[in-house]
Amino acid sequence: MNDLKLPAIDYAALAPMLILFGVACLGVLVEAAVPRARRGLVQVPLGLLGLVAALVFVIAEAGTRKRTAGEAIAIDGPALFLQGAIIVLGVVALLLIAERSLEPGGPFVAQPARPVGSEADRSQAAGEGGATEAYPLVMFALAGMLLFVAANDLLTMFVALEVFSLPLYLLCALARRRRLLSQEAALKYFLLGAYASAFFLFGIALIYGYAGAITFSRIHQAVTAGTGSGVLLFAGLALLAIGLLFKAAAAPFHVWTPDVYQGAPTPITSLMAACTKTAAFGALLRVLYVGFPGATWDFRPIIGVIAILTMLVGAVLAVTQTDMKRLLAYSSIANAGYLLVGVLAMTPEGVSSTLFYLVAYGFTVIAAFAVVTLVRDADGEATHLSRWAGLGRRSPLFAGVFTFLLLAFAGIPLTSGFTSKFAVFGAAFGGGQVWLVVAGVVTSMLLAFPYLRVVVMMWLSEPGESTPSVSVPGAFTSAALVIGVLVTLLLGVLPGPLLDLTTRAGDFVR
Amino acid sequence: MSALLVVVLALPAAGAMVAALLPGERAGRVAGTVAAALAFVASLLLWFDRSAGGTGVIRPWHEVDVAWAPALDLRFHLGVDGISYPLVVLTTLLTLLCCAYTVGHVPAGGRGSALVALLLVVEVGMLGTFLALDLVLFFVFFEVVLLPMYAVIAGWGGAGRRAAARKFALYTLFGSVLLLVGVFTVVASAGTADIVALTGGAALPRGTQHAAFALFAVAFAVKSPLWPLHTWLPAAHTQAPTVGSVILAGVLLKMGTYGLIRVAVGVAPEGARWAAPVLGTLAVAAIIVGALVCLAQSEIKRLIAYSSVGHMGFVLLGVATLTATGIQAALIGNVAHGILTGLLFFLAGAVKDRFGTGDLAALGGLRERMPGLSGLLGYAAIGSLGLPGLAGFWGEAFAVIAAVRRGGPLWLTLGVIAAVGGALTAAYFLRLLRRVTHGPASPVVAGAVCGPIARLEVAAWSPLVVLALAVGLVPALVLGMASEPVRAVAEWVAR
Repeated sequence: MNDLKLPAIDYAALAPMLILFGVACLGVLVEAAVPRARRGLVQVPLGLLGLVAALVFVIAEAGTRKRTAGEAIAIDGPALFLQGAIIVLGVVALLLIAERSLEPGGPFVAQPARPVGSEADRSQAAGEGGATEAYPLVMFALAGMLLFVAANDLLTMFVALEVFSLPLYLLCALARRRRLLSQEAALKYFLLGAYASAFFLFGIALIYGYAGAITFSRIHQAVTAGTGSGVLLFAGLALLAIGLLFKAAAAPFHVWTPDVYQGAPTPITSLMAACTKTAAFGALLRVLYVGFPGATWDFRPIIGVIAILTMLVGAVLAVTQTDMKRLLAYSSIANAGYLLVGVLAMTPEGVSSTLFYLVAYGFTVIAAFAVVTLVRDADGEATHLSRWAGLGRRSPLFAGVFTFLLLAFAGIPLTSGFTSKFAVFGAAFGGGQVWLVVAGVVTSMLLAFPYLRVVVMMWLSEPGESTPSVSVPGAFTSAALVIGVLVTLLLGVLPGPLLDLTTRAGDFVR
Repeated sequence: MSALLVVVLALPAAGAMVAALLPGERAGRVAGTVAAALAFVASLLLWFDRSAGGTGVIRPWHEVDVAWAPALDLRFHLGVDGISYPLVVLTTLLTLLCCAYTVGHVPAGGRGSALVALLLVVEVGMLGTFLALDLVLFFVFFEVVLLPMYAVIAGWGGAGRRAAARKFALYTLFGSVLLLVGVFTVVASAGTADIVALTGGAALPRGTQHAAFALFAVAFAVKSPLWPLHTWLPAAHTQAPTVGSVILAGVLLKMGTYGLIRVAVGVAPEGARWAAPVLGTLAVAAIIVGALVCLAQSEIKRLIAYSSVGHMGFVLLGVATLTATGIQAALIGNVAHGILTGLLFFLAGAVKDRFGTGDLAALGGLRERMPGLSGLLGYAAIGSLGLPGLAGFWGEAFAVIAAVRRGGPLWLTLGVIAAVGGALTAAYFLRLLRRVTHGPASPVVAGAVCGPIARLEVAAWSPLVVLALAVGLVPALVLGMASEPVRAVAEWVAR
C-alpha cells in the first residue's frame, strides 16, 4: 500500500473560509456556554469581527492566481472578488439580522420548537429574546458561499452548496411573526432545494462518466477534445445547470422564490437575495467559463431561452403582486434573468459586468428589504401593498429612500441599476447576443411598471386608517440602509472604480 | 470657460436639492428660483469667449470631456455650439419664468417647493440632453426628464391627471427603450459613443445606419411628437399645471427634434437619406391632422396642445429635407414654438385660473372684461399662426421653402400641402380668438370675479412677448450662430 500523500495547502489563500468556519463553530460554543441574555452581545461582534478579518485576508490575497488543496479550490480574480462581495454584503445583511430595537426580541422566534398558537408561543411573541442560533447559522451559510464560488471541482462545489443551503433552510423557519408561513416557506425551500441538489449530484455523476474527472480543467480538456458521449455531456451539464439555476432563482426553477422570500424573516430574505444570488452566479460563471466554454454553442441557446423566460416571468408576474416582499421576489427573479444575459456574453466583459451587477443589485436589495422591516404596525411588518398607500405623506424621508431604491431597480440613470444593466447589455451586445439584449430592454420597460405603481401609490394616495407608521430604525438598520442607498447612488454616478476592479478581476484560473 | 458648462448643470441640480430640503415652503420656492436665475445667467455667459474648437463636423465653443466609467467607455462629454446654444438659453429662461411664476402662484396638489425642485430636475435633464456630446450621456439625461415630469403632471395636474401622467410615462418609456437599443447598435458597431467622432466620420455600415436611424427616429418621434405617435401630448398638456405645460411645450418637445438633428441625422446620415421621404410625409400629415383637429377643439389648453403637433410637423418637415435651409428652419421653428407656445400656455392658464373653465363655448367677450389679457392672447395667437414680423413666421415659411427647393414631385407636393396647413393654422387660431376674445361677454366671463393682470404675471410673460418680437424681427439672433454648424451637418449629410 502506498503512503498517503497529503496535497499541499495554501493556508493564506484559504484563510477567509477557515476564519468564517471557525467563527461559526465558536458561535455554536457561545450558544452552549454564554447565558441566554448575553449571547447576542457576544455573537454580533464575533460575527462582524470574523467577517472583517476574512475580508482583510481576501484583500491581502488580491492578485493571487492559484489552485490549492489538490486542485479542489481555485483562488483567482473572480473567486476573490466574489468572496469579497459576499463578505461585504454579508456584513450589511448581518446588521439587519442583529437589529433588536424594531420589535422586542428581534426578528427571530425565541424557541422555534414551540407549537404555533400554544400558550408558550404567545408568551414568546410578546417579547422574549429571539433565537441567537441565527448567528452561527448565518456564518456557516456565508462560509459555504465563499467555498462555493472558489470550488474548482464539482464535488467541492456540491459540498459547499449543501453547507450554505442547510443553514438557510433553517433560518427561513425562524420568523417571529406569521410562523406558519415561515415554516411552510422553510419546508418548501428545503424540499425543492433537496431536489435541486439531487439534480446537481446526478449531473456530477454524468459529467464524471463523460470526462472521467470532476475538476474543471480536466472537464474542459475532455469537452475540447470532443471524445466521449455527447448525451452524457449535455444531460450532465443540463442537470448541473438546473441545480445552479434553482439557487439563482431562474425560471422555470423559480417557484420557490416568492413563497420563501415572503415567509422568511425579512433580514434573512435580504441575505438570500444578495448573497445567495452572488454565490449562485459566481458558481455558474465558473462552471460555464472554466468547465464548459467548449460547449458554448450548445448551451447558449437553451440558457438564453431560460434567461428570456426568467425576465418575462419576473417582469410580468411582478405587475400582479399585492405583497411587497413577493413583488421584490419577482423583481429578484427578473434580475436573475439580466444576470444570465451578462453570463451568456461568454466574454471577459461578460464576467466583469456580471460581477458588477451582483454587487450593485446586492446593496440595493438589502436596502430595500431594510425599508420593508421598518414599515410595520402592531402585528409586525405591513407588507401588503395597499398598506403602503399614502406612505409619502406619513414619512416622506423613508418613502423618498424607497422611491430611490425602486428607481434603481427600474434602471433609471444615475442609479447603480442603470449602470449595471447597461454593463450586462453592453457585454451581451459585444458577445453577439442581440436577441438577449432586445428581450432585456423590453422586459426592463415592463418591469418599470410595478415599481412605478408602488411609487405612485406611496406618493399620490391619501394615507388611510390602515396606513402603518414607519418605525424609527435602530443603529444597525440605519447603518445598513445608509450603506445600501449610498452604494446605489455612488455606483450610479461614479461606477468607474468598481468597474475597473471587476475588469481586473475577470480572469479565471483553469 | 469650459467649467461653465458644468456650472450650468450643477446650479439647477443644487437648487433642486435646496428647494426640496429647505423646511420653509416659501423659502424653498424662492431658493429654487434664485438657482434658476443663476443658471440663466450662467447660460448667457456661455455666449462669450467662444471659438469653434476641433476639426470635426461638430465644433463646440466650449467643451468638457472627462472619463466617467472607462470600463464601459462612458465619457462625461459636454459641449455647446450654435445648434444647441439657443435651446440651452430657451431652457434656462423658461425654467426661470416657471419657477418665478410658482413663487407667486402654487397650483393645487402639493408643496410648491417640491414643484420647483422637480422643475429644476427637469431642467438638469433638458440642459444635459442639449449639451451632451456622448451618446450614452445623451440617453442618461434624456431619461432624467421622464420621472420628474411624470410627477409634475401626476401631482399638480387637473382632474384626469393620473391617466394623463401614465400615458405620458408609457409613451416616453417606449421611446426610451428604442433609443437605448439604437445607442447600443451604434456603440457596438462603431466602438465609440462620442457624438463628435461619430458625426465627423466614423462611417457606420449602411445596414447599421438604416437600423439606427429607424430606432432613433421613432424614439424622437414619440418625444417630438410626430403624428401618429402624438396621442400622449394633448392629454399631458391639458392636465398638467400651467408651468408643466409651459415646460412640456416650450422645451421638452425640443429634445425630440434636437435629438433628431444632432443624433439621428448626425450619426446615421445614410439612414436619414433613406428615411427622409417617410419622415417628410408624416410631418406634413401631422401639420394637416393637427390643424384639422384644432379646428374641432372646444377646450383652450387642448387646442394649444394640438397646435403643437402641427408646429412640430413644420419643424420635422424642415429636418426631413436634410438641407441647410430646412435644418435652419427647424431650429428657429423650435425656438419660436418654445417662446410662443410657452406664452400661450401661460395665458391659457391665466384664463382658466380666472374663469374656472377652459371651455371655448363658455368663454367669450374676454376683450370687454380684460382687454390686456385678450390683447396678449391675440398677440401670441397671431405670432403662433406665423404672421411675418413675429417669431413663428420664419420656421414655417422656410420649412415650406426648403421642401420646395429640394425639388422633385414628392417634396413639391409636401411643400404645397404644408403651405395649405399653414393657412389652416391661421384659421384655427382666428377661430380661437373669435370664440374667446370677441363677441358679447358670456355669463361666465361677465360673472367671474377676476383681478387684473398681476405684476408677477407681467414679469413672467414680458420676456416671452419681447423675444417673440425680437426673433421675428431679427431671426439672425438664432440663425446667425447656427448657420456654420448647420452648413457643416448638411454638407456632411449630402455627401
